[in-house]
Amino acid sequence: MATESSQHEGHPEVGHVVPVRILLVTGMGLLALTLLTVWAASFDVGNLNIWIALGIAVVKGTLVVMFFMHLRYDRPFHGIVFVTSLAFVALFISFALTDTTEYAGNLDPGDAPKVVEKLNVLGE
Amino acid sequence: MTTTASTTHDHPDFLAHHWDTPKQQFEAGKLGMWLFLATEVLLFGGLFVGYAVWRGNHPELFKFGSQYLDTTMGAINTVVLILSSLTMAWAVTCAQRGNRKGLIIGLLLTLAGAGGFLGIKYVEYSHKFNEGWFPGAYFYDKPSDRSRTWDDNLPVPGAGQLVVPVPDTEARSIEELGLPADILVEISTVVPPGQGPSGLEELALTDTVHTDDHAEHEMHALQREDRPANAHMFFNIYFMMTGLHGLHVLGGVGVMIWLLIGAVKGRFNEKYFTPVDLGGLYWHIVDLIWIFLFPLFYLI
Amino acid sequence: MTTIDTTKPTPGAETPPVDNYLTHSSGIMSWLGTLDHKRIGVMYLVSILTAFFLGGMFAMLVRLELMFPGEQILSQDQYNMAFTLHGVIMVFLVIIPSVPASLGNFVLPIMLGAKDVAFPRLNLFSYYLWVTGAVLAVSTVFFGGVDTGWTLYVPYSTTGTEMNGILLLTFAVFVLGFSSIFTGINFIVTIHRLRPPGMTWFRMPLFLWAIYATGILQVMATPVIGITVALLAVERLFGIGIFDPALGGDPVLFQHFFWFYSHPAVYIMILPGMGIISELISVHSHKHIFGYKFIAFSSVAIAIFSFIVWGHHMFLSGQSPLMNVVFSAITFSVAIPSAVKVFNWLATLYKGSISFNTPMLYALSFLVLFTISGLTGLHLGTLATDIHLHDTYFVVAHFHYTMMGGALIAMIGGIHHWWPKITGRMYSEFLGRTACGLIFVGFNLTFFTQFMLGSKGMPRRYHDYDGPNWTPEATELFGTYHFWSSIGSFVMAAGFFLIAFYLLHSLFRGKKAPANPWGGRSLEWQCASPPPHDNFSEPPHVGDPYDFTVLEWDEQEQGYHWRHDLKHEPGEA
Repeated sequence: MATESSQHEGHPEVGHVVPVRILLVTGMGLLALTLLTVWAASFDVGNLNIWIALGIAVVKGTLVVMFFMHLRYDRPFHGIVFVTSLAFVALFISFALTDTTEYAGNLDPGDAPKVVEKLNVLGE
Repeated sequence: MTTTASTTHDHPDFLAHHWDTPKQQFEAGKLGMWLFLATEVLLFGGLFVGYAVWRGNHPELFKFGSQYLDTTMGAINTVVLILSSLTMAWAVTCAQRGNRKGLIIGLLLTLAGAGGFLGIKYVEYSHKFNEGWFPGAYFYDKPSDRSRTWDDNLPVPGAGQLVVPVPDTEARSIEELGLPADILVEISTVVPPGQGPSGLEELALTDTVHTDDHAEHEMHALQREDRPANAHMFFNIYFMMTGLHGLHVLGGVGVMIWLLIGAVKGRFNEKYFTPVDLGGLYWHIVDLIWIFLFPLFYLI
Repeated sequence: MTTIDTTKPTPGAETPPVDNYLTHSSGIMSWLGTLDHKRIGVMYLVSILTAFFLGGMFAMLVRLELMFPGEQILSQDQYNMAFTLHGVIMVFLVIIPSVPASLGNFVLPIMLGAKDVAFPRLNLFSYYLWVTGAVLAVSTVFFGGVDTGWTLYVPYSTTGTEMNGILLLTFAVFVLGFSSIFTGINFIVTIHRLRPPGMTWFRMPLFLWAIYATGILQVMATPVIGITVALLAVERLFGIGIFDPALGGDPVLFQHFFWFYSHPAVYIMILPGMGIISELISVHSHKHIFGYKFIAFSSVAIAIFSFIVWGHHMFLSGQSPLMNVVFSAITFSVAIPSAVKVFNWLATLYKGSISFNTPMLYALSFLVLFTISGLTGLHLGTLATDIHLHDTYFVVAHFHYTMMGGALIAMIGGIHHWWPKITGRMYSEFLGRTACGLIFVGFNLTFFTQFMLGSKGMPRRYHDYDGPNWTPEATELFGTYHFWSSIGSFVMAAGFFLIAFYLLHSLFRGKKAPANPWGGRSLEWQCASPPPHDNFSEPPHVGDPYDFTVLEWDEQEQGYHWRHDLKHEPGEA
């Protein structure tokens, strides 16, 4: 398979070398975002908290995947594989969550039988 | 068989016989690794489903349980893991440039990060176990009261002993179960649904969700008046997810050591660094999963 | 890697090389430690057929027990153990790895024109994972057994069972899952990265498309069964209670987890079978496959659809009405790509020059049986009728028509199709056709009666249908059906033993096989039978894999070879 033509100047025969400067900037960005998410969690904004935290996590994850894992410079198909796996997780979550939420109202409230048993033994 | 390919290209030692070029072999390794990472995502995906289902239907469990996690520890661990990811990425760059010394230093720093992460995790876990916050029904055994839940003939569990339920009415010998002899066996029965503290609606959630008040931390979860029903569920999911992640970190340590040996022996150079690259990808996915676990458990 | 050289039009058939993969090296270690995909494929084939024999024995025990009312040969616990192990062995050890790991391993790189799969070591490792899993799964018998059925439903599997093999079984399933994942990764990478120049995506035989779609499923679905059984194991070890209702867990969630894998797993089983059928029908009717791209893409479409229908196993398990409706609706849509395949196969047969060779007979059996299985699947996918049919023998019959009438019949057809290539020997056509007839008749007798049983209300997994809880009429009616069902299973068993006999016989006494006995156009028929160690002694002709006009029959050789008047492949640049 002829591959030489696709290479850029100064790059090795295979792969893509990410310069140390970019790695450092990515790392600093990740640390800053970690501080940001801890700081953001100190405000109680109800249900929004989790979405803010998840949003920041998604940004951090994207940074890791794009630069640390070289996906930005890699074959698009590797990205497709990765995104597909995320899509299947999303599919799994959404169907399972829709279903369990539907029947959650029918479940017995309160502690489960074995928990009650434990608590009774404890004398509570 | 002599092929056109192997006569026109040089066939270096690291190139297996069924490949034409190092590039082809490298790309195949990469694709294989990405597919493996996809399976890792789905493996953890199952646990994320569990998280989503419980959190979606019983948010009170999570509000309550996460107060017992130490955000500072979690944040430090996040930083440690991100730094180790950085050093790993740097090690890969060094390997690609044929910088053997840099590669070795990078791998050593990554290993140190992995060790640090596991160390902090150990402190966190042992704190929880000391408090008696076990997963499952053992959550409800207070350390001081634990003997009361056991048959008098059975010894009280000590440190380092596991508690194993035998879901049956008939007692069986430990040997029959194929378990180590120092494990305690609990004989449990299923009782009809009883009445406990009620679940979703009637629960008044406190506003002191993100307090770092250590006095409150020291109070056992069971004594809290706002303890929601089935509070152990939070710790189940917490231990499952962080436990599986911890096992992956442990696996990563193994990979690093293997790479380190290879690096010291000089197996890698600018032409052949595939194992370092793939090991790096694995390490980054471990980091990536922690990036999601941290806010989902500590920051709610 | 083989490079395509159009100036040499002679395929390897003319001068058979002395050295082939079987004689390349000798000694037991040259097999156990081999990295050759052909040898690994053969080892898989032998191991899987051994497991098939074992699973079949458990099935015979079940059928003997049910032949007459009342307890016959098994106690209730033994009966539960027998059908559980039958299911576990057949699903996890036989059908899931069957076609990809054995025939796929052997044929895939050759069809592609490659020397080996992408990761030969991983391939061998995956075989040993299978062996480990198989040993663990079967050894549950010695540790108290398992009586939950192969589905391991909670709370059966977490509480109240006399049998303690479950922990071992979860470990076995976990290990087998990884074996399957590694096979899938290996094949996807091989198809992506090892296609030689000239082998474009649309010049791949449809078997490879099917294997590719299977690979997607293996990679994307199998990890979920891994985490499911891991949670189950933790549940049993430490009483964690994620699935156990006694601890506040959710048993319906377990079923979501289980079927998120196990429904796609149904297609891991059937898709490679469909791939084989595409080959068999086209080759043995000597006619270009009809609708190549439709069949290729329908494989991928089935793979993707299969991920969003898992809830149709849970209509009566406490799943919410909303999701029942959603899953039922999506389930019907799977019929579209499946029917696309069936119609394309029929159109391929139309005006073809059909040779009724043994492999073709299996392909035709497949068409009949798979159509029945698909159509009865619609009854079960319909919410209202499913209430009546759920957990009856109707379900048992339906999935046996799919798994056995579909996947296994296709595999046996594939074994017969590639047997000359694998072993270099021809088997007796007469005995082959006879065995196929026995299996077809026996199969229908066994399982069509079970459709009747199910629609009359006989529940599955029951040890007996006699006693105070059954009316005498029911006992008599079910007894008749069960009797004939058991008779059918004996006929089928006779067919399988006949196959074992003449295939083994052919190894020693069979005629030497020509390179291309059936007139196949894909690359594996261009190398010698059995193939040389590096697969091709001459670069093969890559081209349309179903263009049979380039071949002609050679009476002397008793096989097909490249037409002498053709200098090179018509479509080739």
